[in-house]
Amino acid sequence: MAGLNKSSFTNPVVNWIDTRLPVFTMMQKEYGKFPTPKNFNYMWNFGALAMINLLIMIITGIFLAMNYQPNTQLAFNSVQHIMRDVNYGWLIRYVHQNGASMFFIVTYIHIFRGMYYGSYKAPRELLWMIGVVILLLMMATAFMGYVLPWGQMSYWGATVITNLFSAFPVVGQPIVTWLWGGFAVADPTLNRFFSLHYLLPFVLLGVVFLHVAALHVVGSNNPLGIDVKTPQDTVPFHPYYTVKDSVGICVFLLVFALLVFFMPNLLGDPNNFIPANPLQTPPDIVPEWYFLPFYAILRSVPNKLGGVCMMFGSILVLFVLPWLDTSPVRSARFRPVFRVLIWVWVASVIGLGMVGAHPPTGIWVVLGRVCTIYYFFHFLVLLPILGKMERTLPLPESISRPVISGNSGGGGGLPSGAAARPMEKA
Amino acid sequence: MAENAATTHSGTPGTVTKRDFLQLVALAGAGIGAGAIAWPLIDSMNPSADVLAVSSVEVELAPIETGSGITVMWQGKPIFVRHRTAKEIKEAEDVKMSELIEPQPDSARVKPGHAQWIVVIGICTHLGCIPLGNKPTDPRGEWGGWFCPCHGSQYDTSGRVRHGPAPLNLHLPPYAFESDTKIKLG
Amino acid sequence: MMRTILRGVAAGALVALGLWTAPARAQDAPVPPQQVWSFDGPFGTFDMAAAQRGFQVYSQVCANCHSMDQLHYRDLSGIGLSAAQIKAIAAAVQVPVGVDDQGAPKLGPGTPASMFRAPFATVDAARNALGAAPPDLSVIVNAREYHANYIYGILTGFRDPPPGFKLQPGLYYNEYFPGHQIHMPQPLHGNDVTYADGTPARLGQEAHDVVTFLTWAANPEMVERKQIGVRVVLFLALMGGLTYAVKRRLWANVDH
Repeated sequence: MAGLNKSSFTNPVVNWIDTRLPVFTMMQKEYGKFPTPKNFNYMWNFGALAMINLLIMIITGIFLAMNYQPNTQLAFNSVQHIMRDVNYGWLIRYVHQNGASMFFIVTYIHIFRGMYYGSYKAPRELLWMIGVVILLLMMATAFMGYVLPWGQMSYWGATVITNLFSAFPVVGQPIVTWLWGGFAVADPTLNRFFSLHYLLPFVLLGVVFLHVAALHVVGSNNPLGIDVKTPQDTVPFHPYYTVKDSVGICVFLLVFALLVFFMPNLLGDPNNFIPANPLQTPPDIVPEWYFLPFYAILRSVPNKLGGVCMMFGSILVLFVLPWLDTSPVRSARFRPVFRVLIWVWVASVIGLGMVGAHPPTGIWVVLGRVCTIYYFFHFLVLLPILGKMERTLPLPESISRPVISGNSGGGGGLPSGAAARPMEKA
Repeated sequence: MAENAATTHSGTPGTVTKRDFLQLVALAGAGIGAGAIAWPLIDSMNPSADVLAVSSVEVELAPIETGSGITVMWQGKPIFVRHRTAKEIKEAEDVKMSELIEPQPDSARVKPGHAQWIVVIGICTHLGCIPLGNKPTDPRGEWGGWFCPCHGSQYDTSGRVRHGPAPLNLHLPPYAFESDTKIKLG
Repeated sequence: MMRTILRGVAAGALVALGLWTAPARAQDAPVPPQQVWSFDGPFGTFDMAAAQRGFQVYSQVCANCHSMDQLHYRDLSGIGLSAAQIKAIAAAVQVPVGVDDQGAPKLGPGTPASMFRAPFATVDAARNALGAAPPDLSVIVNAREYHANYIYGILTGFRDPPPGFKLQPGLYYNEYFPGHQIHMPQPLHGNDVTYADGTPARLGQEAHDVVTFLTWAANPEMVERKQIGVRVVLFLALMGGLTYAVKRRLWANVDH
């Protein structure tokens, strides 16, 4: 019986299972006792929120797929059938439709948190890179999902985005034909997009599992960006962060509910209520809001291939962010210059979003180019230089030190020498 | 990892009770919320409005000649509507209950005052085949009703099983007479 | 610090959402004036009488050219018509009912389960007959910027073209149509229908009624959605407060 797990659970059924398959021990270790820095702020809710959001999308998606018809003749009407005739079909669909937007809001804030507090730095580089893979999968899934209702924006969005690949010399056009399964976006395209739109979320779930697994190897970062040194720095994940995450979940669901029940089409495009018409392009083709910054980068580059490369590059650059940022200090709290520049970068992304929503004329062209240049300038020039030049603020000795300083033994106050190398294990 | 020293003390007993109560209420609320989320998903798998809208069918009886029958589709099932002759009615009414596999008087299988109309679900109660007997050229079996080609079950003109292996009489769909020449199924 | 960041993020997100979703228009057309609608706001419902009058306008005027393919006569229970009324309305129209003995399409009286009768068999047939395909009206209110106000604007926005405006032959000048040149001749002039409830059928009244009907047609779930929404929001606010209280008590003993 050497192979049996020694389970500490007293419930006989749980114990019986746990000795043979230690899932309860694992859950206890990873989500029960898991020592978590005790100084998280609410920005640390967004990972859990994204997880919940993914589950909401998968569940509502499964029920939508029961009634959806991936056929160009039937798709638009089947969505209307869901909205009108299926019991609570309108609710399931509006949750799924707005869930996509909520997913990106939550994920973008989650990414911003990682950037602001330097969560991508050693030893969390791989954790961060897996996160970028998640973002790419999310984007692919969202794009293909938007095609399924087969409205005008679905059709023309699919046409424009798949045509991006035609920018590549020689292989471009064959790739586009291959993506379409024909010579235009049509039934084969819709069918494969439906198949992949159903598949990718489960791939996403698997990659999220890796993301969490990697997180649990290196442990969470925290707002101070310094390493956990003693048990005093942590609290067990349950109940402290399960409950704190629940607060976040309530607020998240509240915002979600306001969208779904009171303005379900606020973030949608009226054109998608017009069935796809391959003979007529809508006056303005605009992607969903969460793609607008990347769309703006695409349009800001006067060269077709250049635009495509810059657009993909704007996400791929995130893969190497851990090495572009040379500063040894993680948290922006102790980096006075970075703390300003990160907001300038956010402003450039928002600027790009605005540019993406407007026809490329006049001031929008200029703004788009300025923001595009700054976006890359931030990553490729500012961050590497800043890490070497910036005078960072002194780091606290430990997570519990700033709080308990003064009433317990040992110095008190912040030792100025602690700013040096937070990533080196104490 | 050991418990955090700071968290091992949990205040006075009074606060613990209050916290436990709050937690209980919050958990109950979460349970209610989960139930409220589950219901729309479950209900979405019930028949949708368009399916329900065709769940009742009106059938004109006037064109059906005495002694013949028609088959109509209702909720995806074949419904046999037969216009019985006076002789068939009398035979069906006079059968001794002891002779029947599932004893049921003819009067319980037709609507009062409309004994010439027998309306049954045309699915053999044995293994779900469609019995023959509704077309003029079909065999109707020894009892003049319906004959199931799969395993030889036979039904009389009241749709009652008279010869196995079917265990039960042909089921009756819910229906009502809208007028003397029109019924509404469902 | 945390609060500042959160506030910054929240503000940023709001600004971003606000500006990104700000409609972008290539062709400029005046913004149609805001009308007062029974379905406005988080508690708004459909004025049933107006929607029923609007259905009359649709059936007697619009339906001569415009289809509403997503609707069935049974759906009319949503604007307060009784089962008997719906049955009578459906029975009065000839709709395709399968094929005859020769396999040719056959027309017959509609049932509540029938789709709204389409004025033309296909889009091409409509285009050939009218010169342009009239859009299906099932979700037209959702399919246009400014929604109900836009449709109302179009219906009441026919004018003589301003001096110097070059109107192409066969087109009509409309104040609120992008580009101002619309294929549709003015459909409503006032007194196009006689309302059973005695409401004077002025142009504005007819337009208001038919837009109410079309808004219902595009969003038949709206009233139920808002009602459920109010309950969901209250429940979540309560749960949020409760969870926050639990969290505060739980963390009271942790120095952080």
